Amino acid sequence: MKLAVMVNEGPYTHQASDTAYNFIVAALDAGHEIFRVFFYHDGVNNGTRLTTPPQDDRHIVNRWSELSNTHDLDLVVCVAAAQRRGIVDPDEAKRNGKDSDNIAPGFRISGLGQLIEAGIQADRLLVFGD
Amino acid sequence: MSETKKFMYINRRPPCGTVYPLEGLEVVLIGAAFEQEVCMVFISDGVFQLKQGQDTIDSGMKNFSPTYRALGDYEVTRLYVERESLEERGLTEADLMPLTWEDEDDDWAEKPSIQIVSRTQLSDLLEEQDVVFNF
Repeated sequence: MKLAVMVNEGPYTHQASDTAYNFIVAALDAGHEIFRVFFYHDGVNNGTRLTTPPQDDRHIVNRWSELSNTHDLDLVVCVAAAQRRGIVDPDEAKRNGKDSDNIAPGFRISGLGQLIEAGIQADRLLVFGD
Repeated sequence: MSETKKFMYINRRPPCGTVYPLEGLEVVLIGAAFEQEVCMVFISDGVFQLKQGQDTIDSGMKNFSPTYRALGDYEVTRLYVERESLEERGLTEADLMPLTWEDEDDDWAEKPSIQIVSRTQLSDLLEEQDVVFNF
């Protein structure tokens, strides 16, 4: 089955991001296709490479990046939600006059149209949030 | 995959206090460009999103409630409000913004966008959907 996933909460504060990750790993293991993972609301905070959790905890951001690298996952961060929360890629940093970017490897910033397209293209859209 | 899907956007939170209603509305407005079969649902404290006369000045928050009036122009013409949620909060349809849309198939007649429906009717509507977002 072709699946799309929406993640609506940030890492560590909520379990939504962990549950989405675990679901995707299980779905891929079971042979399903992940069309796209879309990060919205505080979910965009899953995509900052500046995240530095304690050594003895899971690294949620790196875990997404690695999964994207291994399975060629399309991890999309909503641009409008990202701008509000300070998640920027090099292009956005330049466009908005910021001195740095912080997007994590494997993530890309794009618009809400990517979410709607995922809803149209996928057999199921799964929402993980509060 | 050119077929049209049924999209439902469920709003269950009050307009202020969190950014979910505002960001949810942004999804609806962007989604309107994709010409799917769209409806919005207001349940629980989400019914407050449609309340008339919202004033956020003292809170310093953005008052985005006028944006709901634009939904008709985006061809988002079905806004279902749950009757039980209204009643539980002491509200009636008269407390809500008079949202309308113009029906081009009926000589641009102005028609109400808000439909008050029961919990049972909503449950049936939900059953029909292909894609359900909730904010």
